[in-house]
Amino acid sequence: MKTILSTSDLSIGYKSKKTTVTIAQNLNLNLGAGKLISLIGANGIGKSTLLRTLTGIQQPLAGTVFLNNKNINTYKPLALAQNLSLVLTEKLPPSNLTVFELVALGRQPYTNWIGTLTPEDITKVNEALALTQISHLALKKHFEISDGQLQKVLIARALSQDTPLIILDEPTTHLDLLHKVSLFKLLKKLTQETQKCILFSTHDIDLAIQLSDEMIIMTPDVIVQDEPCNLISKGSFATLFKDEHIAFDAEKGKFIIT
Amino acid sequence: MIHKKRNIVLFIVLAVALLFMFFLDISLGSVTIPFKEVYTSLTGGNASKSTWEYIIINYRLPKAITAVLVGVGLAASGLLMQTLFRNPLAGPDVLGLSSGAILAVAVVILGAGFLPSFFNTVLLSPYAIVLASTLGSISVLLLVLLVAQRLRNTMAILIVGLMFGSFTSAIVGVLTHFSSAEQLQKFTFWSLGSLGNLSWTSICILAVCVSLGLLLSASSIKPLNALLLGENYAKSMGLNYKKARLIIIFATSILAGSITAFAGPIAFIGLAVPHIAKLTFQTSNHRVLYWSTFFYGGIIMLFCDIASQLPGLETTLPINAITSIIGAPVVVWLLMKKRNFQ
Repeated sequence: MKTILSTSDLSIGYKSKKTTVTIAQNLNLNLGAGKLISLIGANGIGKSTLLRTLTGIQQPLAGTVFLNNKNINTYKPLALAQNLSLVLTEKLPPSNLTVFELVALGRQPYTNWIGTLTPEDITKVNEALALTQISHLALKKHFEISDGQLQKVLIARALSQDTPLIILDEPTTHLDLLHKVSLFKLLKKLTQETQKCILFSTHDIDLAIQLSDEMIIMTPDVIVQDEPCNLISKGSFATLFKDEHIAFDAEKGKFIIT
Repeated sequence: MIHKKRNIVLFIVLAVALLFMFFLDISLGSVTIPFKEVYTSLTGGNASKSTWEYIIINYRLPKAITAVLVGVGLAASGLLMQTLFRNPLAGPDVLGLSSGAILAVAVVILGAGFLPSFFNTVLLSPYAIVLASTLGSISVLLLVLLVAQRLRNTMAILIVGLMFGSFTSAIVGVLTHFSSAEQLQKFTFWSLGSLGNLSWTSICILAVCVSLGLLLSASSIKPLNALLLGENYAKSMGLNYKKARLIIIFATSILAGSITAFAGPIAFIGLAVPHIAKLTFQTSNHRVLYWSTFFYGGIIMLFCDIASQLPGLETTLPINAITSIIGAPVVVWLLMKKRNFQ
């Protein structure tokens, strides 16, 4: 299996003039091609910090993030954009963009100075629309569609950016169960059909256990990466929430209220 | 694509309208000159009356060219600001850019009396006013950016612009208190805006500044489209955000600064024209918006100029008043149609 992104002895956290806040140390993660990997952890545990470090937005305190065997912080912005695409949680600013135009913006790392779409670019955009099953929305304005559809549009935009790695920050927030499931299945399908590596953070642990190839669990003490069934047998999920009212049922593979 | 065809038709209509308004602006005024005579004069022929030819070459033509430059430049800078700040109410005037220019020019014109007379002649040359105005608007823009980086809240940026506006008028008030009637008159005339009275040399300088600003704006079309998804997405698509922002700000400053310097602080064009363009073309693609603001800016400024000197009126109304009289209702009307207010 080809490794897309890996970390070696990575320490993450914040550094200010006086103090250094370390969130995690000695991380050795390995994200492979064709894998759907979920990142879970309680609120405030540092998922965002980890994602920001993995995407090169934030400098690590120590260690290195390797993207295609090259230190991520040595990438030029354009080269990085051709290897890593993002789906963020932030709300889009108001604009008149159509779905097609929004997805086509993903081609920016490849287009000329004024952003002209070549026939190849248009093919890639149409492929991304087809893979996410939103071709019928292409001419709609992006503010006219539902949250679930918009999330697919944003994923299509990342797909059209044609990168081996896609990182999504909580893509299922604001969606109902039906749309959560369909989004997870879409991500699963994308990893299988395109051999891309997809990493996403989520709070929908039950669903992530069922659909992820691998999971990264963040707890205050340790960060582990493994296949979901191994994590269950190791009892990793039980350490996720330090609360007497929540327990993990290993047989059912879900959390229960005690 | 249906939209493409519609856009082409719209652009042809706008181009024809711009040309028509250009001729109309030259033809109308205290003396009405027939279209045919305007055409003959402009194409190098001799008009049937030599006074007409004199009026056209020395007054009407420079004024019409200035109107186009001013309209096009202000509209482009408004478009840049609205996308950069993700704020539909942004524009060179709302953000305090013009205030910066006003303050700098006020210091130069009204404050000249405080300095030895040697500086006086240097400071009152037209180039000094241009330089002061450009520097004034650049420094305000840098200030706005600093605040933008610190606060990240777009409303706060507008409030800072507003505060700077009242700060400016206070300082100007103090300066007027100590200045001579002659200086005061000069400053008041400048602040009411004027498209006329520009020498061909001034027009050339203005044209160079506006062209430079428009070229920089054109080079920012792709970054501006990326910024439609917000700063973080734009960065993730390979945009060098800091560089792009610097170019956008520099383009806006040189446009707004040079225009304010030569034509005075002209309100509303920068705010209203991009919205009119967005409403008629129903798009956010800056490749389309760039050209549509270009044409609309020219057309609307020529229209305002024609309105300021309607036939039958003995005097010319100040252009700044006309743009506000036309611009304010347009902005209100746009706010009413908030659904499309992007």
